Amino acid sequence: MPTTTDAPTYLTHGKARLALHQLRLGSDPAVHPLLFLHGLGEQAPKLTPRVVNSWPGPIHALDFTGHGHSTVPTGGGYTAEILMGDVDITLAHLGPCTIVGRGLGAYVGLLIAGGRPMLVRGAVLTDGPGLVGGGIRPTSAYIPPVPTGAVRTPDPMALAELSRDVRPPDYVSEYVRLAVQQSDLDDPIAMCTVVRPEWAAAVATMPGVLDTTVTDALERYAVVR
Amino acid sequence: MTTVPPVAGTDAPEQSTTRHVDTATPPPIAPTDRSVEGARRPDRSRWVSSGGLHLAVYEWGEPDAPVLFMAHGGFDFVGTFDVFAPLLADAGWRCVAWDQRGHGCSEHAVLYNWAADTRDGLVVLEHTTDEPAVLLGHSKGGGLMMDLAHAAPHRVRKLVNLDGLPSRNNWPDLADTERTKMLAGELTGWLDRRRTVSTAQRRPGTIAELAERRQQMNPRLSLDWLEYLVTIGGFESEDGWRWRIDPSLRFGGFGPWRPEWSMQRLPGIGVPVLGVLGLVQEVMGWGTRPEDVLPNLPPEGRFEAFEDTGHFLHIEQPHRTAELVLEFLGRP
Repeated sequence: MPTTTDAPTYLTHGKARLALHQLRLGSDPAVHPLLFLHGLGEQAPKLTPRVVNSWPGPIHALDFTGHGHSTVPTGGGYTAEILMGDVDITLAHLGPCTIVGRGLGAYVGLLIAGGRPMLVRGAVLTDGPGLVGGGIRPTSAYIPPVPTGAVRTPDPMALAELSRDVRPPDYVSEYVRLAVQQSDLDDPIAMCTVVRPEWAAAVATMPGVLDTTVTDALERYAVVR
Repeated sequence: MTTVPPVAGTDAPEQSTTRHVDTATPPPIAPTDRSVEGARRPDRSRWVSSGGLHLAVYEWGEPDAPVLFMAHGGFDFVGTFDVFAPLLADAGWRCVAWDQRGHGCSEHAVLYNWAADTRDGLVVLEHTTDEPAVLLGHSKGGGLMMDLAHAAPHRVRKLVNLDGLPSRNNWPDLADTERTKMLAGELTGWLDRRRTVSTAQRRPGTIAELAERRQQMNPRLSLDWLEYLVTIGGFESEDGWRWRIDPSLRFGGFGPWRPEWSMQRLPGIGVPVLGVLGLVQEVMGWGTRPEDVLPNLPPEGRFEAFEDTGHFLHIEQPHRTAELVLEFLGRP
């Protein structure tokens, strides 16, 4: 299968610059791209992850803000919703995609499936760092120390803030309803995680959500047009 | 639908590019060519870095007086305290306030969230004093100060919350389908805006035009006051005046936050608390009622309501509000 080692493409999201990597060109030009979203503290993989190796179309991977080769914002301020905006900027560039997300990327993948139901051709949610988030309600107030020193990724503020990101099941469920109501796919979300924090457990029981394996989900989404 | 073209770049991660401020000179405190009765610009100003983001900090009162640390509301800036703060400073307090990130003269950030504002507040407080301080906040600033009082209770002496007590009761009890429909509109609008926000600018106009636009959100405040605010919270360029606030910031929005989560901070505050509501409903307010607050008052809590006043009680009734605050605080 053709591969690519090109330098990332950079996209602008507000004041941030996002690095988008093309991991593979794909063997079947009729198949839409797959967009891979990394977990909290990770970055876009250099090689095609084994879990998506069966995908016949092009494969891309995004570095979220504060991760990999993307911008490190001065002074933090991260939310999962702003990362949903990162993905939307990417969809505006690539066109409709199937999304495979790990951990935090799974949660963000679910949000964008509700936010842009016609551009997400299936969201596949898998285990990974940042899957749980900060639970379903705020915990004791805590202000993490402000990091000093050289700019680096992953941004310590991203690790601190996105691991406390609150994910109430009823809030998350609204994104599922949006995806199901507005997508033309029968089952636009595939829940493939072993670990099921409260938000994921709520999602898994909703109509329009497949409880399946990544391989099965990718087979289904590869044939949708 | 907007398409997003790629931009040039190198492989190295880069620090964000924010609106860089000139930190060689302190934030501006000079009087402008507008004036309103009782308004006085701060006595001093300085920059404080919060993780590299430059925040404009202002002070009224003697430098060695006890600190009264103040937080403004969302879409406001420290200049909105120009009548209220001098009344407190003249009673012996060192009033210290910062323009929140993206607001007033502070730098525009890449990202904004509640935790970042609270963290910025603690950074400014630690830069100001090692002693426990009185915290005072209006609207969003009141909520921030309650979080700060929980996260750093050792830094708090007393707390004053001016109409910053969100209540669940004012939020419509909607069916799932209605709520989902509302979210769909909010989400699409927000995502569309994020695609173009890198080039967004505030709309220019004359001082009078900016004041009139702001009066739609602040209907109870006079045009004289709002025009005065334009000359502090705005800047003049070739095509007119614009508000300084980051154009990427947007009123309203969506997210997992629930108003009752802020109110739930109130019962656990361990220092004397004064909560004040303005009972005249207006668009920027929370619509909270006394019966929403009273069950949540901590043992050393005191509650007052201004029947004939809106959300901006420290602007509508600066003397009455200052007298109440000074009576609650006692001698500095």
